[in-house]
Amino acid sequence: MTATGNIKSICMDAEEIERSLTRMAHQILEKNKGATNIALVGIVTRGDILAKRLVDKISEIEGVDVPFGRLDISFYRDDYSLHYSPEVLSTEINFSIDGKDIILVDDILYTGRTIRAALDALIDIGRPGTVQLAVLVDRGHRELPIRADYVGKNVPSSSSENVRLFLDEVDGFTEVQILDLENGDRIGSAPLGSHGDDK
Amino acid sequence: MAFNHKNLIDITEYSSDDIMMILKTASRFKSVNERRIKKVPTLRGYTIVNMFNEPSTRTRSSFEIAEKRLSCDTLNFGGSSSSTVKGESLVDTIQTLCSYKIDMIIVRDKHAGVPRQIADTCDIKVIDAGDGKHQHPTQALLDLYTIWEHKGSFENLNVGIVGDIRHSRVCGSLVPALKIMGCNVTLIAPATLMPARPDIMGVDRTTAKLDEVLPDLDVVYMLRIQRERLEDAPFPSLREYSMLYGLNKEREHLMKPDAIICHPGPINRGVELDSYMADNPQRSVILDQVYSGILVRMAAMYLLLGGVDDGISA
Repeated sequence: MTATGNIKSICMDAEEIERSLTRMAHQILEKNKGATNIALVGIVTRGDILAKRLVDKISEIEGVDVPFGRLDISFYRDDYSLHYSPEVLSTEINFSIDGKDIILVDDILYTGRTIRAALDALIDIGRPGTVQLAVLVDRGHRELPIRADYVGKNVPSSSSENVRLFLDEVDGFTEVQILDLENGDRIGSAPLGSHGDDK
Repeated sequence: MAFNHKNLIDITEYSSDDIMMILKTASRFKSVNERRIKKVPTLRGYTIVNMFNEPSTRTRSSFEIAEKRLSCDTLNFGGSSSSTVKGESLVDTIQTLCSYKIDMIIVRDKHAGVPRQIADTCDIKVIDAGDGKHQHPTQALLDLYTIWEHKGSFENLNVGIVGDIRHSRVCGSLVPALKIMGCNVTLIAPATLMPARPDIMGVDRTTAKLDEVLPDLDVVYMLRIQRERLEDAPFPSLREYSMLYGLNKEREHLMKPDAIICHPGPINRGVELDSYMADNPQRSVILDQVYSGILVRMAAMYLLLGGVDDGISA
């Protein structure tokens, strides 16, 4: 297996990502008429970090604490692969999601299969009032009838490309890269802190 | 990191990385076991046969719960209902099971080597749930998991195993597993219950004197005295065994303040452990071991049945 492919372009830099998240935080508050009933749940391993950033922004804007949790969906995947990560991942939702408006957060929306798995995982934990989807990048190519409610940026992409988010918290830098895929390249997220040179 | 094992029969075929991967995967199953819906769809559509040709309540129920929480279909097979009592050979039985298109067999047998023979007969994945006096790898894994949870690491941990080591399949897997993870292992037993060649197992020391080594131990692993073996008269009386090797309140002052007590169950209260030690909330991790059994069995089945790293996570 080779590395991640060659970097073709940087489609979002750190500032752009920050501005998108600020806008998404406002949109979430606008649509839900405040923060009283919302909770953010991020999909590991980078959706949870984005969710944390959104929670911080929302708390700053509204001056209230918003519940935040992380969701590990590897046991729900239909491709049944071990989620690529040597670190210990775990679902951590320490509040009741029953009746809450859950904002599900992920980094890249692509086939929609991750979100399908996440919905199953969420519904095994409780019965949310609503589930809304926030993604930083929507790159198209859906294989299931799933769409996002909040999108940072629409990035038209080819299926021979990979779109990856790197975040300062785990990778040491923040940007969204578009890469050319070659046979055998990994699809999807990079391992944490890999700088994109994973095997 | 890939997990390239087809079977879990001999723990010595596993590296410390493989074992750590099982333990870390097991910890990820904790949140599943601690919520209202204790089930994930991961192994939906897989069929697992539990072939227990020897009485077992604890191990079998632990496997069954693990299987159900992973959503696989199970078939319980063996004991008096098995066709071996009608004279069918093991190989014929296995080939019949293979024709059902099953995915995995969990085997408990009183004869050592049966799980390996099954693995060699067919293409089905096999987990050894205890074979004769040979191995019991999932017991070793649950012990490691429990120790890892309480001690944080294995490096240079002093582990003492006390009791009937000679007849113990728990030891057959646990001793090599502890060595793979970097622990120091001491075997403590009267000469009659010590294996003929403990050095082959790779242990660091053996002794007949519990009180001399107890102050060094971080983990005290008490084995069950199997009453059915007392006919061989390995020691004069249960009372004498209990006085010399039983872990009781009178011995507690010899233990490290943070030493923990493990036991594979079922306990003979008053023989190897008194109730004060068995129920001691600071030291006894025996019920944690039971819970860990579900977690590591879920992890082992998940990893063996294809939880592989194919890099797809879109």
